[in-house]
Amino acid sequence: MNAHHTFPVTPLELNRASFTHRGHTLLKPTTLNLSGCQRTLIMGPNGAGKSLLMRLAHGLLTPTSGTVRWLGEKPAQAMVFQRPVLLRRSALDNLTYVLAVSTSSRPELATLTRKAQAMCALEKFGLAPLAKRPARVLSGGEQQRLTLARAWLLNPQVLFLDEPTSALDPAAIKAVEDAVMEFHHSGTRIVMTTHDLHQARRLANEVLFLHNGAVLEHTPANDFFTAPTSPEARAFIQGELVW
Amino acid sequence: MLTSDNAFSTALALIISMDDALLSIVLLSLQVSLMAVLIASLLALPLGAALALWGFPGRNAVIVALNALMGLPPVVAGLCVYLLLSRAGPLGEWGLLFTPSAMVIAQVILVLPIIAALTRQQVETLHGEYAEQLSSLGLTRGRMIPTLLWDARFALMTVVLAGFGRASAEVGAVMIVGGNIDGVTRVMTTSIVLETSKGNLPMALGLGIILLALVTLINAIAHTVGETAKRRLG
Repeated sequence: MNAHHTFPVTPLELNRASFTHRGHTLLKPTTLNLSGCQRTLIMGPNGAGKSLLMRLAHGLLTPTSGTVRWLGEKPAQAMVFQRPVLLRRSALDNLTYVLAVSTSSRPELATLTRKAQAMCALEKFGLAPLAKRPARVLSGGEQQRLTLARAWLLNPQVLFLDEPTSALDPAAIKAVEDAVMEFHHSGTRIVMTTHDLHQARRLANEVLFLHNGAVLEHTPANDFFTAPTSPEARAFIQGELVW
Repeated sequence: MLTSDNAFSTALALIISMDDALLSIVLLSLQVSLMAVLIASLLALPLGAALALWGFPGRNAVIVALNALMGLPPVVAGLCVYLLLSRAGPLGEWGLLFTPSAMVIAQVILVLPIIAALTRQQVETLHGEYAEQLSSLGLTRGRMIPTLLWDARFALMTVVLAGFGRASAEVGAVMIVGGNIDGVTRVMTTSIVLETSKGNLPMALGLGIILLALVTLINAIAHTVGETAKRRLG
């Protein structure tokens, strides 16, 4: 399974990490541990703090109190956002750009030039014919595939995805989900938010359920979908409104 | 009507004849303004970008000051440079007063706040969009600046053109620090002032028309380059 990562992925520990913004506590003190090569789906209603938790884990935000730390060497990470952020350059140049600025790359492509590595990534994600096109005129699905190709080039040990399919059509959603599974097969830990239960059932082998800025469940996916322990999670799964 | 007919025919005659005196005036005008815009851009683009990315105490005061300096009267800028460069001034020993270099310095002071303030706005907007992605890639703020400036390049070209417009149009500063010396520091705008005060209105208008045509030409070239690149890159 671990085609590229021969060492286990470094665990991430949140120790009473909380986040407060303008007097509002958006994430209550949270202690949890993400370890192993899981596909962790962060679920919960809008405003529960899913994206926030992910940004704290990825290091885009610093907790107001408590700590977020890697228990070991900080792994290579990448993040795919809900709205693809692409530079005002061609699809190809978007990829050569990250190779130029980033320290991580794929060892199996190490002998190739940046351009050749970028072309490999475009081929892999079915974007080769669009290499010369400006990235920002691609369709939503193509843009999201390009961000996945970009993440793939960084050879992340941990891949964060923040509602990556929320604006996509079914075919594009399938392409993203396939890519997520492939990342996982090559030994990448997946941490992804979604509010789509069906998607979570398809992808998760572990679920983090958030409600009102608190983690209510952190359980294997099977347990979560068949026997959720909190009433909020039960209601969420049954499709009721949770407040 | 007679005057404007005369002006147009004078302008035409001036262009056709292209005598050495006129040519040197036109070239000096372009040289001074383009050099000033180049120097101001090299300083103001990174400065504006840095101002967009870093928060520090007094940042708002700096932004307000820059915005206010966009409206700095050219004669005031000229006067300040005059005081600095005059024989008795702190930089008097450089001997720059009444040289084209002095005119460039004065115009840099006029153009820099415009480019810096507008760059700050453009980069701040773009940073709002790019910040998370670039941080996710592990870029520090200092390393984001080249990326942001490059990706804002089309908007920034308009910013630089605005600076060029200010430089090529102003007369107060170059008049004071250049002195409008024939063959040395005489540029189009100072010639226009001189011809007007001599009552040689057709000549003044003719020079004005040439100046306008030159500025239009430069803007047209920049616009065409920008549009072509934009179409190709999105």
